[in-house]
Amino acid sequence: MITILEDTINGILMGSIYGLMALGLTVIFGVLKVINFAHGSLLMVGMYVAYWAVQLTGLHPYLALILVVPVMYLFGYYLQDIVIKPIYKAEKQVREPITVIIVTTGVWYILDNLSLLVFTPQYRSLPDNPLRGKMIEIGSMLISVPKLWGAVTAVLTAAAIYWFLQKTRMGRAIRATSLDREAASLMGIRQYSIYNITFGIGTAAAGVAGVTIVPFFNVFPTVGVLFDIKCFIIVVLGGLGSIGGAILGGIIIGIIESVGPQFMAATWTEAIVYGLFLIFLFVRPSGLFGVKYDW
Amino acid sequence: MPFLEVKEIDVYYGDMQVIFGLSLNVEEGEVVSIIGGNGAGKSTLLRTISGLMSSKRGEILFEGAPISRSEPADIVERGIIQVPEGRRLFTLMSIKDNLAVGAYSRRAEADAEKTLKEVYALMPRLQERENQVAITLSGGEQQMVAIGRGIMAKPKLLMLDEPSLGLAPILIKDIFETVRKIADQGTTVLLVEQDVMHSLRLSDRGYVLEHGRIVMEGPAKQLLEDPHVKTAYLGL
Repeated sequence: MITILEDTINGILMGSIYGLMALGLTVIFGVLKVINFAHGSLLMVGMYVAYWAVQLTGLHPYLALILVVPVMYLFGYYLQDIVIKPIYKAEKQVREPITVIIVTTGVWYILDNLSLLVFTPQYRSLPDNPLRGKMIEIGSMLISVPKLWGAVTAVLTAAAIYWFLQKTRMGRAIRATSLDREAASLMGIRQYSIYNITFGIGTAAAGVAGVTIVPFFNVFPTVGVLFDIKCFIIVVLGGLGSIGGAILGGIIIGIIESVGPQFMAATWTEAIVYGLFLIFLFVRPSGLFGVKYDW
Repeated sequence: MPFLEVKEIDVYYGDMQVIFGLSLNVEEGEVVSIIGGNGAGKSTLLRTISGLMSSKRGEILFEGAPISRSEPADIVERGIIQVPEGRRLFTLMSIKDNLAVGAYSRRAEADAEKTLKEVYALMPRLQERENQVAITLSGGEQQMVAIGRGIMAKPKLLMLDEPSLGLAPILIKDIFETVRKIADQGTTVLLVEQDVMHSLRLSDRGYVLEHGRIVMEGPAKQLLEDPHVKTAYLGL
């Protein structure tokens, strides 16, 4: 019984971090209406920035946020502005331009291979960081400290993005663009600059996720691939474009992953998770918090 | 110098031409109607003035400055605001947020609070329901929000695309009354309508648009008496 409780708690913590990873994906989808296949690679870039920031300065891993957030924001902003925007302009009349998806796939391959060139396939970790391997004991349960930090960061980041979108002038403009980009432009909102900013925010969120996993996870050029399918599933489960949905979707996946192996072989867990996911989609194709209508 | 001057524009959807050498003028303080049936090119004309579409030939001047090659956002900053056909509200946002987005442009932002009071004074119902999500409103209320959102942008020229579309007759009266009040407060109005009777009664002048061409223009009273207008648009 205690093990199940322990696994559930650790599953919730890890799941929140999954949710944080998926946050940027859902924000970008909500506004730009494309699935960003490079999202895992953005996460990888965020992890490397965090890794090097900590490795070179020896500071607490979470202090890397000061560097990672602005660097990743600018990286995302200009990636959209220079690489993706021209495609949008060329496909102006298309509502959900497929070409953009292909371009993000290209970005994924380019980023992963560039990082392979620059950093080599070597696994890197931060063995001496103050969070690594730390546990809290509650009764006979062991709770992972770095995951706890990560979960708290996930919730705070989601709340911050939600607040920004709901309460600020720029946030309202982003929501307006996501709901009706033409009507938004009739109100003086510059669609492409909103796209740049949104991509920047989504990328910065991936950077924050990178910071939370670097203390307990290896960094390597294809690390994004481990997480991006999970992110897609979380985002669809929670409802495309929904911020709370991403975190909740992450937590659900986290719990199943961590509690499931108690009852069956881990390979079965995966098969069952994705099987259940398919059934869920038949019943509720718009996800937990997704909007059914779209106009 | 006219306030808004459209000079000989040709507009295409892909290869298909929908507006042919169209010219029109709007003077400051006027209410001008553009009437015509479905597919006459009315909405295309407004979309072209707003910069959502561009003309292949011809020129559009606002307060003497060419705007035909400007981005929609820059045209908004000059003070031309379009209330689009079919309301096009931000469906999942509250009335208040919809109105706030109306004041997004730099020229409207500073006065947003003051303008909001004016909008609420004009349409008190919106204040009562300010926290309601736009999608839950009735058609008439949605149209009010759409017009309110347009006013929030502090228009010098307010362009309304079929504000009466799909509304019950009693609501149509309300909408036109509101437009009348907006015009009385000094805003120049360019009104595109299929409800010819109401819109011409409200207007100083009118243009009749058929198959992408202006076929008739003149003072609104004169158009209301015109035999062609009477048979084609008023069913008399």
